[in-house]
Amino acid sequence: MSLNKIKLNKKIVLSFWIILIALIIAAPTLLPVFRLNLLGRYLSLSIVALGVDLIWGYTGLLSLGQGIFFALGGYSAAMFLQITSSSEFPNNIPEFFALYGVEKLPFFWEPFRSPIFTFFAIWIIPALVAGLIGFLVFRNRIKGVYFSILTQASLLVFFNFFNGQQKLINGTNGLKTDVTQLFGQMVGSESMQRIFFWITAILVIAAWFFAKWVVKGRFGNILIGIRDDEPRVRFTGYNPVIFKTIIFSIAGGLAGISGALYTVQSGIVSPQFMTVPFSIEMVIWVAVGGRGTLLGAILGAVFINYAKSLVSEALPASWMFIQGGLFILVVTALPEGVLGWLQGDGPRNLLQRFGIKRKIETYPSLEVNNKEGDNE
Amino acid sequence: MELLLDSLFNGVAIGSVLLVAALGLAIVFGLMGVINLAHGELMMLGAYTTYVTQLIFKLPILKPFYNSYIIVSIFLAFIVSGVVGILLEKTIIRKLYGSPLETLLATWGVSLILQQFVRSVPLAYGTGLVISLLIGLFLPTSFPSKIKESINFKYFKFSSWIFAALTGVLTGSVISSSVSKLSRASARNVDVTAPSWMRGQVEIIGTAFPKTRLMIIVITLISVIAITLFLNQSAWGMRIRAVTQNRQMSDCLGISTEKVDIITFGIGSGLAGVAGVAVSLLGSVGPNVGGNYIVGCFMVVVLGGVGNLLGTVLASFGIGIMTDLIGAGRLLSIWPDMPLPLSNTINFFATTSMARVMIFALIVIFLQFKPTGLFPQKGRMVEN
Repeated sequence: MSLNKIKLNKKIVLSFWIILIALIIAAPTLLPVFRLNLLGRYLSLSIVALGVDLIWGYTGLLSLGQGIFFALGGYSAAMFLQITSSSEFPNNIPEFFALYGVEKLPFFWEPFRSPIFTFFAIWIIPALVAGLIGFLVFRNRIKGVYFSILTQASLLVFFNFFNGQQKLINGTNGLKTDVTQLFGQMVGSESMQRIFFWITAILVIAAWFFAKWVVKGRFGNILIGIRDDEPRVRFTGYNPVIFKTIIFSIAGGLAGISGALYTVQSGIVSPQFMTVPFSIEMVIWVAVGGRGTLLGAILGAVFINYAKSLVSEALPASWMFIQGGLFILVVTALPEGVLGWLQGDGPRNLLQRFGIKRKIETYPSLEVNNKEGDNE
Repeated sequence: MELLLDSLFNGVAIGSVLLVAALGLAIVFGLMGVINLAHGELMMLGAYTTYVTQLIFKLPILKPFYNSYIIVSIFLAFIVSGVVGILLEKTIIRKLYGSPLETLLATWGVSLILQQFVRSVPLAYGTGLVISLLIGLFLPTSFPSKIKESINFKYFKFSSWIFAALTGVLTGSVISSSVSKLSRASARNVDVTAPSWMRGQVEIIGTAFPKTRLMIIVITLISVIAITLFLNQSAWGMRIRAVTQNRQMSDCLGISTEKVDIITFGIGSGLAGVAGVAVSLLGSVGPNVGGNYIVGCFMVVVLGGVGNLLGTVLASFGIGIMTDLIGAGRLLSIWPDMPLPLSNTINFFATTSMARVMIFALIVIFLQFKPTGLFPQKGRMVEN
């Protein structure tokens, strides 16, 4: 049985890979610009989904606050773009400041003049913030739903802060990036968007390999150990706090990269990135794709978002019903997600239900006892 | 002195809204360990129930009693939210006991569906649906036990559901034909107008208090007293506490834990409905009205210590008073000549949204020192 499973896994993973790469290569020529841009956005969202999968699927920490780190990355990128293309505005500061009578650039904008700083800020700032929040929470052994609630509260803290500070970061209006310049070209222009699409696609694959590397080996085993039985990990001599903090800040960094890519492709970053529903949506992408399977997170993010835009165009009112139904369905009927179901015993059980039996490589006596197929 | 009284009253007013909203959550989360993210939407249903009741009381037959509609709607809201909560428990949450994170996601899905439901289904038919649910769920249980134990009980059950569906459709169409405002679906916010005896202000010790705020405080007070009495004095309350402390042992002693779960969840949800009535008095009612409260409610429950009503009460009033102190910048008026940097900081946080930032940050800091809240549960059972 185990031999069979590995073969199946490899086949599925390989075929998905081929399809995915072919799609990415073919997309810019096949799709109209509007759709290409959407696909690019959804691919960038799959990076944040990878982070969610690392902390939830592998470590068992359900964070409802990934929007914080997503938006921080987005704001970092947008601040850099705004400030580099602000030379024609009064006082050499971004245009919106004039609306609120601000003449001097707030101090925390200054470092974002440097592209190198921004390059690092996009992922280091969210990672640091995530590490700090994570450390404070994990240190007190706050876990499970309490962790989820606290991350959600932190999300609201950040949302209210960014939403309320017009004079610092343009408050509820957010920062526009599509009319800013980068390397002498408009960020919102078609050629730039195509470049962003490629960058996103490459980064998604890079992030996938990175996440794979993270969960491989001993570190990954400890993460899974924490998910399945944290006290036992602690008694074995490991300190779960450190591992949880590290993985949470890795997920934060991934969310930051994802947010920056999403911002340059959607043309704006605003406190809307930090609303409660958006952060919970990230979880459902992973849940539908298959938690604990990295590919599932990527595919879940892309397909659900694509489905969302298609359904919302056709029947605007029904998406909420579908999404709500998805949440309930995936939790009650498909807890391992689509990919987890495919990789596990799902298809075999389905075939059995229709009377098609596969040969099971066990002792006959075991077969009698486990007609439904055990989960191990 | 007057300033302090003013501040205290405002704080208590904010806190009592929080308390009545968090009370149901404290019961469901504290006693059952279930995270119900649809709690806000159950509040929303309560608020819409108030609206529907108000419109129905404007009909010529009920016009003379119009002034009492708010009292009636408190009971109706309790029933409506309670019934929806029981349905939720019976269909989804029951399957997910012991896996709180899954419950959290599933109830979020429910909350999305409920939000869209009030947007795209006319309220009249929504009312009809709730009525048929009510009859369908409760008619079979009210049969004499002779019928209940017979083999043909499932036919009785089936026929009572048919009866329920027919009644629901009938009420739905009657309401929709007699109240035109309820016959169309709309995503717009609606307004609940308080009856005339609740408008205006009352003067207590030289300060004017709005009557609606006082009403909310009264509703909160009654709910807290009622729920405390229920939990501590009634037989079912004792069973609920027993199941909370040790589920297996209670099961062995013959307590129907299934029934206890339904009752606990129903009461928690019903209290959300009552909170909805209170919320509808404060502002306009829309599909998103519950979402504004849900995180605050969870903060109250976590801060107060899970499974402890006294903690919930203290935490919500504490948060309410702090919100008022920070959000209105009252410290400045109490202590006018404080040093400049300090007063600048206070001014920075003296808006509603920044006060929320400050409060949540303070709560997170507080939980650093007391991770289990003000009144932690004690004993061996807490560890897992």
